[in-house]
This record gives sequence, C-alpha cells and structure tokens, in this order.
Amino acid sequence: MYGWIFRHLPGPLWFRILTAALFIAAAVLVLMQFVFPWFSQFNPINDSTIGGN
Amino acid sequence: MVRSPGHVDAPLGVDELLAGNKAARSRQARNRKRVRAARTRRGFVRTLIQLAGELLITAGVVVLLFVVWELWWTNIDAGNTQQNAVSQFARNFQGPVTPAAPQPAGTPPKNYGPPVVMPAINSPGEVFGVAYIPRFGKDYSRPLVDGVARAQLDTLGLGRYESSTMPGGVGNFAVAGHRQTHGAVLDAIDTLVPGDKIYVQTKDGYYTYVFRNDQIVLPTQGDVLLPVPTQKNAKPTQRFMTLTSCNPRFGTQERIIAYAVMESWQPASAGPPAAIAAQVAANKSKG
Repeated sequence: MYGWIFRHLPGPLWFRILTAALFIAAAVLVLMQFVFPWFSQFNPINDSTIGGN
Repeated sequence: MVRSPGHVDAPLGVDELLAGNKAARSRQARNRKRVRAARTRRGFVRTLIQLAGELLITAGVVVLLFVVWELWWTNIDAGNTQQNAVSQFARNFQGPVTPAAPQPAGTPPKNYGPPVVMPAINSPGEVFGVAYIPRFGKDYSRPLVDGVARAQLDTLGLGRYESSTMPGGVGNFAVAGHRQTHGAVLDAIDTLVPGDKIYVQTKDGYYTYVFRNDQIVLPTQGDVLLPVPTQKNAKPTQRFMTLTSCNPRFGTQERIIAYAVMESWQPASAGPPAAIAAQVAANKSKG
C-alpha cells in the first residue's frame, strides 16, 4: 500500500520523500489534535473524580 | 541424432533445431502465459496479505502514538493552558503581591476575622482561583476551575466539585485533579506530609489550609465529598478542603483523597502569605 502510494507520487525521488514526510506529519497532526482528544473520552484510565461524577 | 538425408552438407540438425526452436518457443509462450496467470493469482493474495500487514503495522504505530500523546503531549498542552489561566487570573487580581511586614516576635498572627467566601459561581470552566502547594514544588501554582467534567479537568487541572463549598466556606471545599496526564496536577499528592500548607488564592484573598491526612478509597465512595467528609448528616463546623485523584499512578482502581483543614485567612489587601509571595509576584509579572 505504502509502496504503491510512494510509486505514484509525482516528481523526482527527493520530492517524493518530501511529500511522503509531509503526509506523515499531517496524519500525526490530525491524530494528535482531533482524533486522540476525541478518543480520550472513552479512556477510563484517567478518571480522577469520585462518586459517579 | 539422425542425419537428414537431403542436406548432406548442412550442419547437423539445423532443421530439427529450427523445428525444435519453434516448438520450444510456443511452449515457452504457453508457459509464460500460465506463469503470468499464476503470478496474477498469487499476486492478488500477496497484495491482500501485504495490505493487511501494513494496516496492522499502522494500527500499532497509531496506538503507540496515542500513548505518547496521552502521557507526554497532554501534559505539555494542559501545562500551557494552565499557565495562561494562572497568568490571566494574576493580571486581573487586585491587591499587593508583597507580603505584609512580619508581626514582631511574640505577638499572635494578625486576625482578619471570618473569611470572605465568594458566592458559588456554578459556571463550569470558569477560573476562580489559584492553588499553591509548596510541597509539589516551590513554583507550583495551578488554576482552580469550576466543575469536574473532562472539559475542565483535561485542560485547566484542578476542578471544584460543584456540590462542595467555595474556598473558606464552612464545610468541604472539594477539588479533583489528574494524577497523570493533562498536566498531572496532583501527581505528588502522596508526598504530602501532615502540616503541609495548601494556599488558595481567590479574588477576595488567601486561604491557608493545612494538610491533615490522606485516605485511599474505592472510586464509588462519594461520601468523602460530604460537608464533613465521610460523616453522613453531620453538621459542619470546620472548613475542610478535600483533594481527590487517581490511585495508583497510571490506574483508576482506587482514589487517593487528601484532607486539609483551614488554618487562617487574609484578605487580598493584606498581601500574600510570605511562603508563596515570590510565586504570586512571579505569576503577576508573567501576566
């Protein structure tokens, strides 16, 4: 999958490496900013309140 | 090998070789086709397996990234938010940031009368004070926010249970905070020693609580938040402060509760207690 994507990126090798790095960075950013904070509400391991609050 | 009769001089077996070549070529072509077909078939399965493998590796990396986010990034993120909230509170705070001149030795500490208790704000997310706990570090100052929902605890740190009183009130001023992650505001709660001071600053002044004891309870034991902690129907006469957090660290099987009792109060106009004066001034200058 990743190989296929990489082969289909346009431009010379250095440009494809750059594009791939940008894609990875974008994915990490989306995960950290939106997906994980949303997912965090289902994570019971950091509940510090007491008495069913 | 058989000599071909008509071409005595011809090199040995050319016809045969040519005929053989032709046959071989078509055999080869057939073979290639078969191999290609097989390869396509195998290629499909192979691609599927490879895709599944790459997706699984990706899932593993994402889970690891989540752990990094939870244990590392949330602390940085919430730490910034909390620092900003403290700065903003300090900016709006009316009152001197230098402590009053110490009383001459032998005289009792100045008595400012019963503490002013601000009315309950009951608007989740509003920062109404700052807590200073020197045992957690001499620059430990964290905002006190109304409410204990995730929206408050995950960003601003120390949330007030809205069923509890405001700082200085007779009864129980109860606060929750994360042990780990999101600023880890109460990570060091187990290091409190009886006698340790917990200073609470509101717009009205400074409330000095003294840590008395801690207790480890089950997450369902809500009676630690009662006006007299764990005493049902008791009428409060003292001013308690209760801190709740997770126990053990990185777990939620239990809750760790720290109880403190108010010792003294001084209005904002009297300046901060000497022990936290430097930090109060630092927060003000950062604002």
